[in-house]
Amino acid sequence: MAHEAQNLAIFRGRLKFKSNVHKIWGVFILLSIITIVEVGLGIVKPEFLVHGKFLALKYLNWIFLILTIVKAYYITWDFMHMRDEVSGLRRAVVWTSVFLIIYLLFIILVEGDYIFNIYKEGFIKFNF
Amino acid sequence: MEATVAKTGTDEKTWGGGNRPLKASYGKMMMWFFIVSDALTFSGFLASYGFSRFKFIDSWPIADEVFTHIPFIHGNFPMYYVAFMTFILIFSSVTMVLAVDAGHHMKKNKVIIYLFLTIIGGLIFVGSQAWEWNTFIKGSYGAVETKGGKILQFLHTNDEGVNERVAIGDFAVEVPTVRTDHVDNEGIWYMSEPGSTSFSLEEVTKGFLADESLLIRTQYLNDRGERIVLSREESVAKLTNDGKMVVEGANLKHNEYGTPLFADFFFFITGFHGFHVFSGVMFNLIVFFNVVIGTYEKRGHYEMVEKVGLYWHFVDLVWVFVFTVFYLV
Repeated sequence: MAHEAQNLAIFRGRLKFKSNVHKIWGVFILLSIITIVEVGLGIVKPEFLVHGKFLALKYLNWIFLILTIVKAYYITWDFMHMRDEVSGLRRAVVWTSVFLIIYLLFIILVEGDYIFNIYKEGFIKFNF
Repeated sequence: MEATVAKTGTDEKTWGGGNRPLKASYGKMMMWFFIVSDALTFSGFLASYGFSRFKFIDSWPIADEVFTHIPFIHGNFPMYYVAFMTFILIFSSVTMVLAVDAGHHMKKNKVIIYLFLTIIGGLIFVGSQAWEWNTFIKGSYGAVETKGGKILQFLHTNDEGVNERVAIGDFAVEVPTVRTDHVDNEGIWYMSEPGSTSFSLEEVTKGFLADESLLIRTQYLNDRGERIVLSREESVAKLTNDGKMVVEGANLKHNEYGTPLFADFFFFITGFHGFHVFSGVMFNLIVFFNVVIGTYEKRGHYEMVEKVGLYWHFVDLVWVFVFTVFYLV
């Protein structure tokens, strides 16, 4: 395993690093920036992002989720060296998880919303 | 690794054995498949959290009103501490990947230093999580639970006309009482009752009625995602008609911040993740000692560091999602 070629570029090759150690620190800085942006948005909660909704989720929450997936991508690709694995292994891991998780979230969250509406419009009231 | 592969005499054929189409060793591949199954377990938990949240979307606790403390300092600091915990974990991931890199270059001393830093980071994280649990269990302001299991929190209108949270201890009036806790060495069959709260419902109600500036905030949210505040008349009516018990802090049955489900999921998911971190620290320790005594130097490669590294990064990866789902969204 000792000296396999490592892909030292991120952002589709737009940002290249001289060595693996440089790349690690580069990715760390990127992840830190994303975390700071997330926490900043979470504390400030800008008005225009809190009001609008897309698919039952506030814009702000969509931003949080997308930034989280970006972070997850760089942790998996650069810290766990998924970038250097063969495509077969990469697909076996990533496609399986992504498909099953999206499917699970879809059915479970739709069901949760349905039960909310039953509670809201049905005869049972929890207002005491 | 190859030593265990039996030679069949058909090595040159595709199906003759010894083929490694994924170009990863057995151990590394199995670690990946374990990670996939563990990722699905965690997504099951987080999805059920999402389910319950959508089910009670109009009355779910607001995270930055719940986690507002940092150690040793008083005041209202939403999310700063958990952001710090996130940095600790990301940073320990960085030292881990640096250890893996040093292992590739067979630099034993560097592996030792970086693995040590990783272990320290993991311990700081687990400690922080214990502190976070402790703060959550103790609670901050206290609240009253209604007969329907809903939470009523208390607000005080200050001189500028702004409503701010007030702790039940600040306005409750002491009422002399002879009520004592039932302990298990009295009466039959060793039954005891949970410790009583520092103020009884009677005391809280009396104090509330005496002070005209106090209001009640329900656990329901308005269109802007803020808690609905009742008028003084509604507050008095709500507290006297529906109030059932005083709640301080959070446990699996009662939660002063809102629905008990929030506390249940918080304890279960962060607990399960914390257990992963703890196990990760243990694996790292074992590998650390193996590095120190030179096991991998003799073996000729540091792949074991790579394997526990995969696990450690996965724990970080899960935390990134737990952080978003519990504290941000």
